[in-house]
Amino acid sequence: MRSSVKRLVSATAAAALSLGIAAGAQAASHSETFKIGVVTFLSGGAAESFGVPAWNGGKLMIDMLNKGELPAPYDQKGFGGLMIEAIEIDEAGGATKQVQEFRNLVQREKVDAVLGYVSSGDCLAVPPVAEELKAFLVLYDCGTPRVFEEGSYNYVFRTAAHAAMDNISLAKYMTSRGIKVGSFAGVNQDYAWGHDSWADFVASMGILMPDAKATTSLFPKIFAGQYGTEISAVMREKPDLLHSSLWGGDLQAFMLQASARGIHKRMQVALAAGDHVIPQLGQKMPDGIILGARGMNGLAAHAKGGELVDLLWDRYKAEYGVFPVQAPFRMWQGLLGVKTAVEAAMKANGGKKPTAEQMAAAMKGQTWEAPSGTITMALGNGHQAIQPNAIGTTKWDEAAGEMTLVDVEYYDAECVNPPNGIKAVDWIKAGFPGAKCN
Amino acid sequence: MDLFLVILVDGLIYGAWLFIVSVGLTLVFGVLGILNLAHGSLYAIGAYSTATAVGIYFAYGGDAFPLGSYAVMALAALLVAVVIAPLLERGLLRHFYHRDEVIGVLVTYGVFLILEDAIKLIWGVDPLFVYEPYDLLGMVEAGPLFYVAYDFLVIAVSAVAGFAVWYFLNRTRRGKVMLAVIHDREMSQTMGVNVDKVFLLAFGAGVFLAAFGGALTAPMISVSPGIGVNVIIVAFAVIIIGGLGSIEGAALGAVMVGISRAASVHLMPELELFIIYFVMAVVLIFRPEGIFVRTQTRKI
Amino acid sequence: MKALSDIRVASLLALALLIGGGLALPDWALFLMTIGLAKALVSLGIVVQMRAGLVSFGQGLFFCIGAYVAGLMANFAGLTDIFVLTGISVLACLAIGGIFGPLLANYRGIFFAMLSLSLSMILYGILSKMNSLGGTDGLNVAAPTFAGYAPEGRALSLSLYLYTSFIVVAIGAILRTGFDSQHGLVSLAVRSNELRVEYLGASVRRTNAINYVISAMLGGIGGVITGLAIGHVDPEYAYWTTSGEFVFVAILAGYLSIPAVFVASIILELVRSFSNLYFPNTWQMVLGVFLLVIILTLPNGLGSLFHRRREGGS
Repeated sequence: MRSSVKRLVSATAAAALSLGIAAGAQAASHSETFKIGVVTFLSGGAAESFGVPAWNGGKLMIDMLNKGELPAPYDQKGFGGLMIEAIEIDEAGGATKQVQEFRNLVQREKVDAVLGYVSSGDCLAVPPVAEELKAFLVLYDCGTPRVFEEGSYNYVFRTAAHAAMDNISLAKYMTSRGIKVGSFAGVNQDYAWGHDSWADFVASMGILMPDAKATTSLFPKIFAGQYGTEISAVMREKPDLLHSSLWGGDLQAFMLQASARGIHKRMQVALAAGDHVIPQLGQKMPDGIILGARGMNGLAAHAKGGELVDLLWDRYKAEYGVFPVQAPFRMWQGLLGVKTAVEAAMKANGGKKPTAEQMAAAMKGQTWEAPSGTITMALGNGHQAIQPNAIGTTKWDEAAGEMTLVDVEYYDAECVNPPNGIKAVDWIKAGFPGAKCN
Repeated sequence: MDLFLVILVDGLIYGAWLFIVSVGLTLVFGVLGILNLAHGSLYAIGAYSTATAVGIYFAYGGDAFPLGSYAVMALAALLVAVVIAPLLERGLLRHFYHRDEVIGVLVTYGVFLILEDAIKLIWGVDPLFVYEPYDLLGMVEAGPLFYVAYDFLVIAVSAVAGFAVWYFLNRTRRGKVMLAVIHDREMSQTMGVNVDKVFLLAFGAGVFLAAFGGALTAPMISVSPGIGVNVIIVAFAVIIIGGLGSIEGAALGAVMVGISRAASVHLMPELELFIIYFVMAVVLIFRPEGIFVRTQTRKI
Repeated sequence: MKALSDIRVASLLALALLIGGGLALPDWALFLMTIGLAKALVSLGIVVQMRAGLVSFGQGLFFCIGAYVAGLMANFAGLTDIFVLTGISVLACLAIGGIFGPLLANYRGIFFAMLSLSLSMILYGILSKMNSLGGTDGLNVAAPTFAGYAPEGRALSLSLYLYTSFIVVAIGAILRTGFDSQHGLVSLAVRSNELRVEYLGASVRRTNAINYVISAMLGGIGGVITGLAIGHVDPEYAYWTTSGEFVFVAILAGYLSIPAVFVASIILELVRSFSNLYFPNTWQMVLGVFLLVIILTLPNGLGSLFHRRREGGS
């Protein structure tokens, strides 16, 4: 009798003790600081393309904000005078883990807001939990349109446009520049992002260039790294255009292997989100590649210039030795969006630290200026942003020894983003009704 | 006919890569009885070391003799083996030989977790490139398509490596001693074989082959964190198909998977994700222990 | 009879401790405990098979089936009652386990491990491809209801925790009885020497098949609860690294003690949770070192701290 009971008691005591110690290790929160949880990839395949540059950009901006170094209207220190304290969490490990981490951030670390998420999977898993916990959540990077097309939230916002914009703009670029496309093929990663990108591109081309035929579409496994067979298959088809939404290490490997076999000389290559591999590939990125940056980010923004962009560009380059690609730009527009919302909420509540409800009310339908242009919360009932886009063609500048983008086409936010109330894929198939292009 | 040729060439290229990446794993299992989950990390370390070594080589006048970079790649892999194998084998794995084979898997899983972060701490998260060896040999026309000649070099190197391992095991005295240890550890020890040394040599060879696989792959890809993780699953499938511990099996398994995958990409791309498990399941149904099986004695 | 009353008292005590502890814990800890206990059920399935000498690297298969039952039934059939969902999940895993159990019962050692792993990876591949089920993004799962009661906030966390506690104690008691039954003892014998067991008239294949089905059902229950607690399911539930974590907990706990499995699972959840906060760049290394230390110092798992192995040599 005693042995099994004793065992049970000691087992549960051990568990309780560990939990007790853990509970005691909670951090306390100050009332003079604004605690923000930042979740992005610090390990795994998306780290070096998106997560780490974004966090680098975030760290830099938070530091500049706390010192009041940004120009008006962002010149107030921190968020409305409250010093910003950031807690970084690695987004790796899958949606299940991220939900747990989110709960820890909100319930144990007691953050005032969470800014994060690159992976579409995480962006679909975490928002319902934010609603359940009534926590202010700002999605800053992920692409899937499904977040606000299939759900509606009070506490969740996304400060960047979703991915439909990338491929719509890419297709429009073909018509804007008069590129002849009789047939096109695709190499995209085998998961939601790859499938959605290809579907959006095919649908857009179907409207804009109805005579173009979609030939082979390949979906290699994400992180495959070896594309010899896919390259052979595409080269056999001999399409005029090759579409790809590959990113990170996969895109770098693909470009190295494909350009070594001369693919870019035999067909036009178009990369939906390719700008982020330019710093790493350098001169190995061939000339004449059409690419987007998921917004007016990176080189396209630098080409346009502006006080805020130039300041951040120079500081980022000085601090990290490379120019900022799309990821830090999206982090910046997220942080500035939060700042705008917090300061508006504080104005409304008499200068106190705002609650989640007050911040949500302020951010709904908000418009603000970011290094990527004017961001407006126009979709998803005021919770989903739209922003302008830019597509360009690569060209190596021998004299300056760096990559530039030429033949850049800029698209207004309302030209390449659907209006409120219609799903992106339906809007494309209907022929972009109501699009406002200049 | 064209299509058939393309599938064959693509299949052989991919198969050769699979073989060189998997043969170390099957060798280690055959001799030590440990399924090394850290094999992928060793592959990654090989790739990273090569990138660094070749980078240094070209920075210090290697342009004068670019073909020398191939020797540098092999040396980098050798260095990795010489440094890591004794540390891992003597320091850690030695304590687990007498235990369940699954414990060995878990220990190597722990090593894998540690090495993944160690790689990040040493080399950072930025990708490394070492494309000079890839471009050196130019392009080659095979059938209707152009290929990079380097891919065919990989086929040649794989074949030579496979033959070398087979020859060592079956035709040299040292190799036959190793085979004896595989068949019966205790009996070999009774006969006077220094089993400790054999284990170290076998593990060292396994580490070298893993690192060499990484070294060969580095010029084709961007060497970044996480490249090891996906290699493990693929290598496992190949050696399960071929039979654990069998070099010939690894070769046959690699070619089978390579050609199936090439066929699937060209003909039925939707199946590409499953094809490797499908082949494995089919083989295991007919040959539950893989294609080439060592007869094992069982103590009653 | 003495053994039975032992178990009953132990179960009641465990239940009391869990309930009492639950009322006192903050929200985040309650969530962590619920997940830890649910995942422990899956590892318990591995322990059931470990007693017969097999280590399954494919529990992710049933964990995923259970989780997707929760997701699909809620989204497509409007069923949110947790009792119904658990029942459906058990039936689904019973069916699928019943198909593959006899097949896999022919394999041993590494081959069993790898074959179970590949079954799990095939499910992963299928679910990743099915965009109607969300593909790799997965599905959101509606909050569960409890026979008509639809709680929110802390009440929801507490209800889930209590439900899990009841299930855990009930299953623990059933399994303890099962381990000491004829089938359980034959399993231990199979681990020692299969040939002799056959010679003595018991069927090794049948034993292994039954164990497989039992762990399938355990995996399903763990999956359905985890899916409902987290509110999201994706094919990752069937990926090999998920299965690897269940194996880790099983090895950590050892096959000698049932409570040890639950403690081990909760410890892993704690380590994972805190290492991500304090070591965001090196949490994998922390986990790896922890794993090695445990394997080196506790060869028979945590269970060996509480329970001496009464049997003699192997």
